[in-house]
Amino acid sequence: MGDRLELLRGREYWRSLEELGGAEDLEHLDREFQVPIDSGVNRRELLTLMGASIALAGLTGCTRQPTERIYPYVKPPEEVVPGEPLYYATAQVHGGYARGIVAESYEGRPIKIEGNALHPASLGGTDVFAQGFLLNLYDPDRSQTLTERGEIRPWSAFLASMRLALEKERPSRGAGLRFLTTSVSSPTLAAQMASILQAFPEARWVAWEPAGRDNVYEGARLAFGEAAEPCYAFDRADVILSLEADFLGVGPAQPRAVRDFASRRRGENSNRLYVVESTPSLTGARADHRRPLTPVEIEALARAVAAAVGAVPARAAADPFADAVAKDLLAHRGSGLVVAGESQPPIVHALAHVINQSLGNVGTTVAYIDPVLAGPPNQSAALAELASDMRAGRVSTLAILGGNPVFTAPADLRFAEAMEKVPLRLHLSLYDDETSRLCHWQIPEAHGLEAWSDARAFDGTATILQPLILPLYGGKSGHEFLAAFSDQPEKTGHDLVHEHWKGRLPGGDFEAAWRRALHDGVVLGTAFPPKTVAPRSLPPAAPARESAETLTALFRPDPTVWDGAYANNGWLQELPKPLTKLTWDNAALISPSTSERLGVSTEDVVELFLEGRKVTAPVWVMPGQADGCVTLHFGYGRTRGGRIANGKGFDAYALRSGAGLWSRAGLETRKTGSHYPLVTTQHQNRMEGRGLVRAVTAEQYRSDPGIVQRMGEHPPGPADTLYPKLPTGSYAWGLSIDLSACVGCNACVVACQSENNSPVVGKHEVSRGRAMPWIRIDRYYSGELENPDTLFQPVTCMHCENAPCETVCPVAATVHSAEGLNQMVYNRCVGTRYCSNNCPYKVRRFNFFLYADFKSDLWKMVRNPEVTVRSRGVMEKCTYCVQRINRARITAERENRPIRDGEIVTACQQACPARAIVFGNLDDPGSLVAKARAEKRQYGLLAELGTRPRTTYLASISNPNPALRAAATPERGA
Amino acid sequence: MTDGTTRETASGRVGPPSGTILAPGYTFTTITDKLASIALSRRTPKAWFFGAAVGFVLTMTLLAAITWLLFRGIGIWGVNQPVGWGFEIVNFVWWIGIGHAGTLISAILLLLRQPWRNSINRFAEAMTIFAVACAAIYPTFHTGRPWLDYWLIPYPNTMGMWPNFRSPLIWDVFAVSTYATVSLLFWFVGMIPDLATLRDRAQKMWAKVVYGMLAMGWRGSARHWQRYETASLLLAGLATPLVVSVHTVVSFDFAAGIVPGWHATIFPPYFVAGAIYAGFAMVLTLAIPLRKMYSLGDFITAKHLDNMAKILLATGLIVGYGYVVEAFMAFYSGNPFERYMIWNRIGGPYRHMYWALLFCNLLTPQLLWFRRARRSTATLFVVAMIVNVGMWLERYVIVVVSLSRDFVPSSWGLYRATIFDWATFIGSIGLFLALMFLFLRLLPMISIFEMRQILPEAKVAEEEA
Repeated sequence: MGDRLELLRGREYWRSLEELGGAEDLEHLDREFQVPIDSGVNRRELLTLMGASIALAGLTGCTRQPTERIYPYVKPPEEVVPGEPLYYATAQVHGGYARGIVAESYEGRPIKIEGNALHPASLGGTDVFAQGFLLNLYDPDRSQTLTERGEIRPWSAFLASMRLALEKERPSRGAGLRFLTTSVSSPTLAAQMASILQAFPEARWVAWEPAGRDNVYEGARLAFGEAAEPCYAFDRADVILSLEADFLGVGPAQPRAVRDFASRRRGENSNRLYVVESTPSLTGARADHRRPLTPVEIEALARAVAAAVGAVPARAAADPFADAVAKDLLAHRGSGLVVAGESQPPIVHALAHVINQSLGNVGTTVAYIDPVLAGPPNQSAALAELASDMRAGRVSTLAILGGNPVFTAPADLRFAEAMEKVPLRLHLSLYDDETSRLCHWQIPEAHGLEAWSDARAFDGTATILQPLILPLYGGKSGHEFLAAFSDQPEKTGHDLVHEHWKGRLPGGDFEAAWRRALHDGVVLGTAFPPKTVAPRSLPPAAPARESAETLTALFRPDPTVWDGAYANNGWLQELPKPLTKLTWDNAALISPSTSERLGVSTEDVVELFLEGRKVTAPVWVMPGQADGCVTLHFGYGRTRGGRIANGKGFDAYALRSGAGLWSRAGLETRKTGSHYPLVTTQHQNRMEGRGLVRAVTAEQYRSDPGIVQRMGEHPPGPADTLYPKLPTGSYAWGLSIDLSACVGCNACVVACQSENNSPVVGKHEVSRGRAMPWIRIDRYYSGELENPDTLFQPVTCMHCENAPCETVCPVAATVHSAEGLNQMVYNRCVGTRYCSNNCPYKVRRFNFFLYADFKSDLWKMVRNPEVTVRSRGVMEKCTYCVQRINRARITAERENRPIRDGEIVTACQQACPARAIVFGNLDDPGSLVAKARAEKRQYGLLAELGTRPRTTYLASISNPNPALRAAATPERGA
Repeated sequence: MTDGTTRETASGRVGPPSGTILAPGYTFTTITDKLASIALSRRTPKAWFFGAAVGFVLTMTLLAAITWLLFRGIGIWGVNQPVGWGFEIVNFVWWIGIGHAGTLISAILLLLRQPWRNSINRFAEAMTIFAVACAAIYPTFHTGRPWLDYWLIPYPNTMGMWPNFRSPLIWDVFAVSTYATVSLLFWFVGMIPDLATLRDRAQKMWAKVVYGMLAMGWRGSARHWQRYETASLLLAGLATPLVVSVHTVVSFDFAAGIVPGWHATIFPPYFVAGAIYAGFAMVLTLAIPLRKMYSLGDFITAKHLDNMAKILLATGLIVGYGYVVEAFMAFYSGNPFERYMIWNRIGGPYRHMYWALLFCNLLTPQLLWFRRARRSTATLFVVAMIVNVGMWLERYVIVVVSLSRDFVPSSWGLYRATIFDWATFIGSIGLFLALMFLFLRLLPMISIFEMRQILPEAKVAEEEA
């Protein structure tokens, strides 16, 4: 791969590497001396330049040209010490919304993404996409040169060409000019767009997000007559009804929602969650009561609940489930919450809104603000209009900012075909993708970690996005691209963002406020104020569209590759999907009884027909799926996504129409008789009666706190051993995982992979049981197949005090530290794999081949320099992030004090949005982990084997409604 | 009787003459002629060429498989998480087990004064050496980084590191290397008088030189015989505990582990019995065709086969007892993991293996209760082959099936051998065959001087003395 890259990129590629040390300074040089630095830098020149850049770094104060500086350094620049990481607050934009992150950077290389505790959408946690975001930065398949019809062009040529094009548009006031973006919350971009639209009043701005928020906004419009953004306070809700709202799995505030929700699942004062959904989700998995319903049934249930609480005139038939939920909601006026998912039609959102209104939940658990997304409303209608305009020849210039509409647009628009009628097509994108192929100009986009920008969080809070590295491939940000359509085309992204915020930041001193905003990663006081909304009467129920004969197709973004944007991301491709544990593929999910009815089972390939379109997909039988519903995750089936993305899975967009973006009845299937191997990391779904994941109800736990201890064999005590006590050190490291808080979102898994340089092994190796994660999330089902209870259990190395792996290693390559770490000495390992065989938890991972890429320079850049990259033939496993322990130890020793509780945060713990993972010193009775250990629901996994695990669990506590449990029993028997 | 190797006096350990272990009519000379001619004769049976060719081709397969293994890594095999050991350990234990019969026949039966062993001990010992050689391939190359295997040997080094003496794999290193050394010495020392015979009878110069060097100056003097007797008795004494210890230690690899299906106290005796069982099955597998190929029915008689069949039956019953106890203890212990392990063997994804194993090792040898079965070479051969397969299956069930489903169901996974696993396995059989055929051609496969001891003349000489 390295060779290929060199061939492709040669000098420019290396240029980026060499510039890492003094990235920003070199940019000054470039401008200062007006010489392109990449004109053959040899060793002497490099040294000269490096010397000059160091000198300039010191001189910046005197030369009066601080036009573009990167803030904030946590420490002054002269303290950039090799081997010492620096942290920058910025944000990742996902679906248009900002999630605050802190990027860790070594010598100018961002190597790890963490959550930003100050950011409202993060509160310190991240989701999988924020973690995977980093890998996209270094993706060698990214678009690397600006091209016009395949020919390499400089940026200036593009600007000149745009100038000409705009001159042609000017007489018609931009009637043929169209901008197509993804969902945008960036105030700067919105302002830029506004000024362009002012100059070209006839031009149009269209936004298209495949997994967009149209339904949310339209639902608010239906309920209140105006678009509004609902903001939920899950921490204040005692009773939550989710109408297929997967707020724990996706959504603009996922990490925040998980944090808020989990904060109410830890002890006695547990909330209660009801979920109705057509396809299993993470939220459904955490529900106290979950019901698989078809989309039509969900709407009926929403109406029934609305009627039962008196929000709408009662007309619905009695449904014991709806009645129980309504009763519970009524009993918790002001502390209940009904949430509708993005996949639900506007009417369901509207029903949720009126229920919340009538129960007085508005102002306590839900608040309404102005829409955060700046783009035009009703994206799918606007996109359809754009397609028809293009087809009619009314569009002369189409500028596409990000996104991949040719791949993601509804199939019935035949977007690619329409687009080819446009005389000038531009595409700014990270990859030379399906859309780029049909565009005249392809402009490499700067990655989110390479460019200045800004974006708003779910509650309106703005974040200034700052770059951590110069664009690796000279990419341009959306701001710089849009500037080409203004009268100041040369403006840099920094200037554009900086200028936009001038006068908009709180406080008198703008520069100080700007630095503060960059440092914190949030602009204080930019959250939108709640607005008052008045509900209107709702339209009556439309006739049901489903029939028992045909199936309903459900379209959902993929849990790991999202809408396809992360399809070329090895970490996310190999990440097991949270519920199916599938990797590297998507599948058509059907319920067990539907599979019986259709006579197909997992891995059977079927042809799916919908409205005359067809795709071929492998089947996955999904426990808990609503009967008659087929879930198709879009984002797979890429043809020009990069080497990793191409040819993986099937393209569900091919069936998705504008009228049925989320669900569509009338799906037909035909068996093909062929087979497609799907690869999962977990083959066994049941616990076989072993007390691995211990789950009790709040009622049980209240009446009998010792119940958790009795759910497994009694473990031997510390004295029950023939061996002498091992020496103990100053600390006793331990980890506690709260299964009640864990939602199974996988953030810890990717965070660990990123922190610890774990390799990606590919589908074939995963199929052979050789995936390499150091932390995995086990998912078990209990109860009946049609609607099982889902249990998650993150499993790290247990760091057993009596570790079975240690005694059997013939060369003492795995040994115990005095502080209780079970250490793996890679250099000493000869690879007998005996330790792995003898590990009852099976957390050890073996390098069967040379999995780590030692050749590609780009992959070298993403690696954490603090962690050894493992070679072929050695065993590896979770270290409790020993590099972080030792960093804290060094700091503490320098300051002549013990390590404080909370000073060491492991990568999994950091990423966990639920704060389910706690790490610390067990010997310190005041530490969080010691307190967690003292809880009655604490237990050790397989502790009965006498391993004395240092990683322990807190049992999961659910809070079912006693009224429903009685009703549910006959259902289960049936 | 001018032959340098001829013994004037036989030792007292020769039992009463028995026509059943040597066909009547043989004299010292005819025995020597017949047996020495196999190594010295120019006429090699056609079957030899065929067998040697097969062995050679398969040995090349082995070399190719191992070369690719070193080049690419252990991942070319089917091992994975959770099944960290697959064919390589199955085959290792299988081969080591096969080796046991040789030592048992040479050492224990020597000490127990069983003269019928005299005609089979030489090639049984050779079988031991070759089987141990084949076995050694696996632990050597199954590590992730075989070039560092020497770290398993305790030696003073700049790292200041010793191996982990708590690990059964280290015990294995000692046990197997000791076993290999003693077996090789025993085999070679036992061959010296016969090598001298070959030296004296060889016609060609190179043969004289090579056999002469190997004979180490053996002249057959009474002092030589006296030293020889002492040496072989000492080696027999050394080898006897090894018969028990090697497979006991091999069983510790499993018994000292925590995995359900491994962690059982019955393992040492059960493994030793299994090893002898497997070993005798292999001796029969080799002896029956050899007897035919070289017309050695006079030396390896029906009595021999009958005796070996009886040992097979006896050890087979011990092994069967082991299976029963394993299952009983799993249920009696009340340990849910152990119980599941047995259910998994009976009804899990590898159930066919388990049932086949019971058929091969438990059911098939019951035929040997019948005298007619023991006297029929064809039946015996088939039974021995089935037992060979059964013992391989037993190790597969212990190693792979136990690992594939242990404690945490989320991590359960199946093991599938790859073409390289098979190539290495079949290749090692090829190596064994190649070595065996070379041995048959070049060295006396039946001990000449010990066969002579069986003759009544040897007995008479002693009485007269």
